[in-house]
Amino acid sequence: MSWEAVIGIETHVELSTRSKMFCGCAVDFGAEPNTNICPVCLGLPGALPVPNRKAIEGIVAIGLALNCEITERSVFHRKNYFYADLPKNYQVSQFDVPVCRDGYLEIELDGETRRIGIERAHMEEDTGKSTHVGDGGRIHSASETLLDFNRSGVPLVEIVSRPDIRSAAEARAYAQELRAIVAELGVSDARLEEGSIRFDANISIRPAGSDTLGTKVEIKNMNSFRSLERAVDYEIRRQIAAVEAGQQIVQETRHWNEEAGETQSMRTKEGSSDYRYFADPDLVPLVVPPSWVEEIRASLPELPEARRKRYATLGLHPKAAAMLSSSARTIRHLFDETVAAGAPALAAFNWLTGEVTAWMRRTDTEPAELTGERLAALIALVDEGVVSATAAKEVLEGVLAGEGEPRQVAEARDLVQVSDRGALEGAVRRVLDADPDAVERLRSGEEKVIGFLVGQVMRETGGKADPRLVNELIREAVGSDG
Amino acid sequence: MPVDIDIAHVARLARLELTPEEMETYRSQLGVILEHAARVQALEGEPEVGSVHGLGIEGVFRDDEVAASLDRDEVLAAAPESRDGFFVVPPALEQ
Ligand SMILES: [Zn+2]
Repeated sequence: MSWEAVIGIETHVELSTRSKMFCGCAVDFGAEPNTNICPVCLGLPGALPVPNRKAIEGIVAIGLALNCEITERSVFHRKNYFYADLPKNYQVSQFDVPVCRDGYLEIELDGETRRIGIERAHMEEDTGKSTHVGDGGRIHSASETLLDFNRSGVPLVEIVSRPDIRSAAEARAYAQELRAIVAELGVSDARLEEGSIRFDANISIRPAGSDTLGTKVEIKNMNSFRSLERAVDYEIRRQIAAVEAGQQIVQETRHWNEEAGETQSMRTKEGSSDYRYFADPDLVPLVVPPSWVEEIRASLPELPEARRKRYATLGLHPKAAAMLSSSARTIRHLFDETVAAGAPALAAFNWLTGEVTAWMRRTDTEPAELTGERLAALIALVDEGVVSATAAKEVLEGVLAGEGEPRQVAEARDLVQVSDRGALEGAVRRVLDADPDAVERLRSGEEKVIGFLVGQVMRETGGKADPRLVNELIREAVGSDG
Repeated sequence: MPVDIDIAHVARLARLELTPEEMETYRSQLGVILEHAARVQALEGEPEVGSVHGLGIEGVFRDDEVAASLDRDEVLAAAPESRDGFFVVPPALEQ
């Protein structure tokens, strides 16, 4: 039988506000433990939470970017459970009326676009951080737990996809696209390694083409896109093997173990009713009027999907458009400037993702001396045959090093090609006279000889001749029209 | 209308250890409260978002400004155990 995977992804995004979700404690991850804590985020009796306006702007921006409906009146609920890093014994979250509902995200995979539904995105708060000490930090053999509440109460947005994802590669593409959007919005640092964006996957399998849903398993602890893809792939194969061997899939949470390359059982998942959600009596309804939504919509930057489409209309191949879209902001900005200055999009793309990006990596500096106008001028110099493609790279180095405009650099570094017929005819004549045998072979149709002769002329002129013109002059002199 | 309560389950979720007598006491007390709630619910149907609190206040926010936090030493002094700026608690084990 052939099987189909059904995957949904839950994403937690920490918003990079200055202060926490419900109190004025600073959000600062490098801080000494327990230095940003107060009665609200420590859950002391009688403390009253007040929502951070900036965090609400953040979740609305995310919702709009994910094509969600924004709920005008939503409700904060308490999600009750006991864990040492949760000082109130409940997490403020949202339940049946979240801020964002019914959106979608488009991903591109192997040249195809797929739409992944977004069920909801809701506002909540992060927990504190626990460190288990003793016996190598392993939770099962820890002798004690250390708690730092600096992270307790940091604004957190949970984004829940619909189970529309069908493969590990799609899961990765979804996570990458979502991260790119959140980063572009500037509402979060969105760094996987630091946990400011975290992905969990719900996975089940069913006979291909079937409409039923199998028992789902939740996978946690994937802190890179690669481990997300590996974990999902492993889990799909594990479930298929289990079902084909006649076993039942148990609804549970499993941990991805990167070293072992497998998912491992943690505990049976508590049903959602066990969290005893109820409306938080300390928090009044959250109101986001349409005027506020429109204000936030107007402030949204160009998002990756729109950007890719715009690049494609400029004539870039979809793969190139995707590559440019995920390039550094400086590169994208220079691309727009260069095209605006009249350069062809493809040439601008090649220079920026090639030489300029390589230079940035090599020197670990921003190309402060490069402007769109200068790059467009350099592209024009190559186009007009003033400098050769090889010499142009050297001109770029000069421009990046602060030596001035491309033409100035080309002249100062003596890289301007000789494109004057009169100046080149002498060199061509000398080369042809010195090798009558080659001339004879070219005349008799031996085409590869032309390359050799052009090379000789280039050597004669110290590499400064325009090879196209040299080619033309040789053919004229020999009387072969190629 | 009597409400059926799994009092042992509720106690387990709240991490309460109850004697059989206590279970009976709480079952009947909680029962009264839940019956009342059920009656109110039957009257009103599904509550509107705005009526969850009945305060008539909504859309309250604060600006994203940092305010002073508590003094760490003072806070940790109230904890049963602390070390190097951390609260120390018994090992958190998976259940
Ligand atoms: Zn606080």
